[in-house]
Amino acid sequence: MNNRLLCAALLWLPVFASSAAATKVSEHVLGNGLKVLVKEDHRSPVAVSQVWYKVGSSYEPGGITGISHMLEHMMFKGTDKHAAGEFSRIVAENGGEENAFTGEDYTAYFQTMEASRLAVSFELEADRMRNLHLLADELKKELQVVTEERRMRTDDNPQAKMQEHFNAMAYTNSPYRNPVIGWPSDIENYKVEDLQAWYQRWYAPNNATLVVVGDVQPKAVFALAEKYFAGLKPSELKPLKPQAEVEQVGVRKMTVKLPAKLPYLVMGYKVPVLKTVQHESEAYALEVLAGVLDGGSSARLESGLVRGKQIAVSVGASYSLTSRLPTLFTLEATPAEGKTVWNLESALKDEITKLQINLVEDDELQRIKAQVLAKAVYERDSGFYQAMQLGMLETVGLSWKVVDEYVEKVNQVTAEQVREVARKYLIEDKLSVAYLEPLPITGNITETKTTKGVR
Amino acid sequence: MRIHLLSFMLVAWFFCNPAQAAAKIEHWQTPQGSRVYYVHTEGLPMVDIQVAFDAGSARDGYQFGLSALTSGMLDTGAGQWNADQIAQRFESVGAQFGSSISIDMASVSLRTLTDKPLFDKALETMQVILTSPSFNEADFQREKNRTLAGLKQQEESPAELASIAFYKALYGDHPYGHSASGEIVTVSGFEAADLRSFYQKYYVAANAMVVIVGDLSRQQAEQTAETLVSGLPVGQKPEPLPEVVMPVKSGKQHIDFPSTQTHVLVGMPGTYRKDPDYFALYVGNHILGGGGLVSKLFEEVREKRGLAYSASSSFAPMFRKGPFTVSLQTRNDQTGQALDVLNKTLAGFIAQGPTEAELIAAKKNITGGFAMRFDTNKKLASYVSMIGFYQMPLDYLDTFQQNVEKVTAASVKDAFKRRVDPQLMQTITLGGSDKKSEK
Repeated sequence: MNNRLLCAALLWLPVFASSAAATKVSEHVLGNGLKVLVKEDHRSPVAVSQVWYKVGSSYEPGGITGISHMLEHMMFKGTDKHAAGEFSRIVAENGGEENAFTGEDYTAYFQTMEASRLAVSFELEADRMRNLHLLADELKKELQVVTEERRMRTDDNPQAKMQEHFNAMAYTNSPYRNPVIGWPSDIENYKVEDLQAWYQRWYAPNNATLVVVGDVQPKAVFALAEKYFAGLKPSELKPLKPQAEVEQVGVRKMTVKLPAKLPYLVMGYKVPVLKTVQHESEAYALEVLAGVLDGGSSARLESGLVRGKQIAVSVGASYSLTSRLPTLFTLEATPAEGKTVWNLESALKDEITKLQINLVEDDELQRIKAQVLAKAVYERDSGFYQAMQLGMLETVGLSWKVVDEYVEKVNQVTAEQVREVARKYLIEDKLSVAYLEPLPITGNITETKTTKGVR
Repeated sequence: MRIHLLSFMLVAWFFCNPAQAAAKIEHWQTPQGSRVYYVHTEGLPMVDIQVAFDAGSARDGYQFGLSALTSGMLDTGAGQWNADQIAQRFESVGAQFGSSISIDMASVSLRTLTDKPLFDKALETMQVILTSPSFNEADFQREKNRTLAGLKQQEESPAELASIAFYKALYGDHPYGHSASGEIVTVSGFEAADLRSFYQKYYVAANAMVVIVGDLSRQQAEQTAETLVSGLPVGQKPEPLPEVVMPVKSGKQHIDFPSTQTHVLVGMPGTYRKDPDYFALYVGNHILGGGGLVSKLFEEVREKRGLAYSASSSFAPMFRKGPFTVSLQTRNDQTGQALDVLNKTLAGFIAQGPTEAELIAAKKNITGGFAMRFDTNKKLASYVSMIGFYQMPLDYLDTFQQNVEKVTAASVKDAFKRRVDPQLMQTITLGGSDKKSEK
């Protein structure tokens, strides 16, 4: 009762009453197809600029998995105008922070700088969009760097490694079965020609979105974008093969044995996403369902499994409604001492069964809605995060306008709809399960001589 | 010539904007003696609140992990409420609550909307957590078991194991020498009463600091601070931590671990918050290995040789001398080569200091990006917290650029020479054997 009142109060806050107006994204498409999105945020004299390319690991055919990520690294290795490393030096001298990231559905590059220096960022990004140098010597070194990155992120991390095996089992032919960083033997065998072809195919203004959030005026940003990007030639983009996942027709299970200290469980159900679902309310209902299970410390999993039954030391559920292709609704957990992954599996399935039988409580729904509303405010504290949201939505083929609709759409989700998606999608035949079975870790400490000086 | 011109322009630019305040930090004390630091920000109906105590892992005594577990138990029961009720109270109003510790500090923090009914409910919950945590036996056993599981899991992470060995090598028995999450043997021996007495000793008004950054008026901020800490006993500030005893000679330790990479950590106790050398060391380190994708270490280790994904150096200033750390991770069989490059780069920098061009580039990066240091409520709150906790001058941010500009190539070289001594450097390597080339 109390909760409902507070939530009603939330909805009446001026910030929500004008939430659509508050977003205020300006959009402009250049003649060559580059889409430019600008969102003003004048709280600080700073602007973030991000270039998003519609390419990522889910675009990659077998044999060159991870090449989008490799190319991301090579994008810092020089152009006709700038030698290798100069890009970063120029950004640094302008007080900028920069980096790049690759995901399944995107590759993105960003600089954050004082807003008056936006032109520095545009000039450099426009240059490397079309004029990258891909040199064999640089590739040879950077390939080693990426291999080290893979060792650090995946090979020496049992849970990450298990996740990799899990994805390869859960997806039959969807490209989501491949790791973003690529399989080791693919990484080892990239050739300059592979990267050249990948660059030529995807790096073009008509396959990119430029997002700027910060202390800027949209008109000025559009003019600046015209100045630096309009001269770039568009490409003829060949359509991407759909690689639609075949239907899963029964539960899949695997054991992964690795040197580790704790067992670990991952479960995933095949689910649709906003982009592919027939009725979008289903995607929002799955989003709310994830919140029922794992939307905070009061949510069912932590309350019921970590504190109540005490069979897990950690547990989580996640769903990404903004993926480009159908994805997995995942549950993961580490058993408490004396409990097993099988205890956990059955407890998690009990939670799913409850969702299929009973309607979620009203105060659970109200709690999730309150959190979503509050988060919409907190997110606006970070220009970078706001730019991320816009860029990602646009790049996966949804519209940035989804940001504006999100709170409203989550609000419309009913308890019946949550039960309906639990019944429809969280079923045994669509499930994949992986168990991490720890192998002993052997090692010892050897104190080598205490030397005088390290030279 | 060009160099001189550039540096002149920078100075001129700086003095054209002398009055531009970075953030107006207001400071006062509550009647019980808690220090309050408040910055009013506008534009979003939200506020970040933190209450911090000198009660980090450095206060563990021999009970390594006591500070962490005490902090972790605060929201598992307080006043009349159990963990579920506490979580529901925050989450039903969209508030985000957390408790955490570092080596020096223990803190509870709240991010909430400022609309009155929502704010009041979140604040009341935080106040009860701060002033009447229950430390119930059942909750204690469960949280202790979770900590023990976490400690066990640590043993599968080469990065964490290497870091633990590194701190031990630098600090030995000093309160900075052990891992904040403790050890299996120490945590196993805890009783709920240990946590209760740690809480009673350190979570007191005289040892508390309140940070408020967001859209609250000064009057609301005063009431908020008062609400939060007035229920705490006054108590007293703990004795200052002992000075760090510097290592007397260099040391080298290898730990065998079945990983594909070897984690390399090289360093020694470095700088502290009120160190007069701080800015020279900070700017110098920015050039050596702190500047993200542009630094000498990054250039030598990664860009020129492809030996590692990350290669960096850092100073972590604390109440006492926090670690100076140079680190990289590399394929087991090239550890020797990578370590050699690391040591040569470091020794070269200590011997020669930065070039004038490197210094100018670093200053341009630091001052040019100054506004980005506090361009969100969250980042600003963390600066204000640092300033308040270590009792730095309130104009720390306003004078930051000036202090960076004052640094010269000579002062960097001098500071590094005095403070970063290859003869005292501790080296940890953790990973697979050198000989076994993988693939």
